[in-house]
Amino acid sequence: MTVAAGIRPKSPIERLLAANSWLVYAFFYAPIMLLIALSFNANENVSVWTGVSTRWYGEMFQNDDVMRALRTSLIVAAISTIVSTVLGTAAAIALERFRFRGQRVYDGLVYLPIIIPDVTMAVMMLLFFAQSFNIIDGIFGFKPLFGIGTISLSHIAFNISFVAVVVRARLAQLDASLEEAAADLYATPWQAFRYVTLPLIMPGVAGGALLALTLSLDDVVVTSFVAGPGATTLPVYVFGLVRRGVTPLINAVSTVMLAASMALVLISLFFQRGTGTVATKEEEPIEET
Amino acid sequence: MAVTESSNTETHELEADAVQAASRRGVLIALPSWVYLTVFFAVPLVIVLVYSFATRSSTGLTRLTGWNLDSYRRLFDPLVGEIAFRSLVLAVATTVICLAVSYPFAYYIATRGAKWRNLLIVLVLIPFWSNFLVRTYAWRIILGSEGPLARITESLGMEPVRLLFTNSAILIGLVYGYLPFMVLPLYAALERMDWSLVEAARDLYADGWTAFRKVTWPLSRPGVIAGSILVFIPSLGAYVTPALLGGARTTLLGDYIVSQFLAARNQPFGSALSVAVMSIMLVAVIVYFRSGAKNL
Repeated sequence: MTVAAGIRPKSPIERLLAANSWLVYAFFYAPIMLLIALSFNANENVSVWTGVSTRWYGEMFQNDDVMRALRTSLIVAAISTIVSTVLGTAAAIALERFRFRGQRVYDGLVYLPIIIPDVTMAVMMLLFFAQSFNIIDGIFGFKPLFGIGTISLSHIAFNISFVAVVVRARLAQLDASLEEAAADLYATPWQAFRYVTLPLIMPGVAGGALLALTLSLDDVVVTSFVAGPGATTLPVYVFGLVRRGVTPLINAVSTVMLAASMALVLISLFFQRGTGTVATKEEEPIEET
Repeated sequence: MAVTESSNTETHELEADAVQAASRRGVLIALPSWVYLTVFFAVPLVIVLVYSFATRSSTGLTRLTGWNLDSYRRLFDPLVGEIAFRSLVLAVATTVICLAVSYPFAYYIATRGAKWRNLLIVLVLIPFWSNFLVRTYAWRIILGSEGPLARITESLGMEPVRLLFTNSAILIGLVYGYLPFMVLPLYAALERMDWSLVEAARDLYADGWTAFRKVTWPLSRPGVIAGSILVFIPSLGAYVTPALLGGARTTLLGDYIVSQFLAARNQPFGSALSVAVMSIMLVAVIVYFRSGAKNL
């Protein structure tokens, strides 16, 4: 491919473009770097630097509320990632490889949760659970509680769609004739899926699972609506603290959350190695729409 | 389709059977997610619609009787209008700023050599995948009354700049939060563009600007539209950003809706607001698909 066909190297426009890019990178990273640096500040007051210390990390691990919220987050993330990866992958296969009645409606149903804003999704889930718990109370005489269950069910509801879109993008690039060849060689549909399709779409499935994991670990709005008194996730807990002000403890927790996100980026890059595609390209939900 | 051809039948009858079998299998594979999304997405959506026509009792409970349009009438309140207008202005401003910054940025990355390109885009992916709450929180520190921004402007002998709890703070937070959502689709569109078309335009004596306007820009339009939608929608419904960086007088639609459920306990009105926001999103997405269809 001819690179920079439209622009001449070292032209003033080229320099301007370069300068803009470095400014954007500075804009992206300066706040993150500042936060990481401040989390190692020994002083109680965030805006006064006294020295390097890991004191706040120690306090974080001693803090029962933080640890409980972290545990809830991890449980919810694990449940919602596993369930939504299985359901979302199946949805992608059904949409990309089959034709059946009602497919258009189903297609819309799979895409809608991506388009709907967080706040609306949160409202929907809150009213839905409140209403159905009332009905359950009326019939069985007991009321289920908001907590890990409601949070996980809500996360699965929005994650299925993101997994489906990512896997579908991968499936669309694949040559369907490979599966046909397997079938010609007397593979059952299951064998063709297990030994041909699945290995080929694995980078997409892994990408979708990582996206689901990230979305689940990041969500504040939907979770804060469906969390119970006994169970909040780490972002919701941190959100509550942040609204009251800036503390060094939050800086430490935030840095750990950033580190987790970055680890996920590296893992996703690792999964895409050898598939010959750039990390972003086929894996973004944007691509498909 | 795959299954149909593979059955390699002699008669049409067998072929029709195979089509039917494949269709049944498709439904079977779709079924679990279909049922899940119906129960945990479609039904909740309908419940919100139903609630938006219900009445609120004096104690803040929702009565599912006496259906009316009061909640929708309240959408035309001057207060609601003001909040909606502020949200709309901020969402449009966020989208425009993101586009203006991201286009040259994505263009620069897309025109590097393959090795550089991958590294540069990974550097965009890191903030993209990083926790949104944490990234917004960082700005609360920066813009705070004793934060770095106030300190730096003060040490420069200026009036210390304190932006926290203002509309500007929300705008900065929104741009920072959603910028990667604009960069990635723009990059994807520019990267897969056929650059020989630009060369051809130059060969035909188009100057740089004309080549850009007539070739590069139209070809990158799907990316522009996708990015704009991806920034506009979450900005309009933003909750975390105004909650952390905004003040009491900078309420946006997102936190206004939330307050209807958690503070004011007016579920019908909150539902009507949600329906209204959702409708705007749907219109935006339909516009996107329409224009996308023209371009692709």
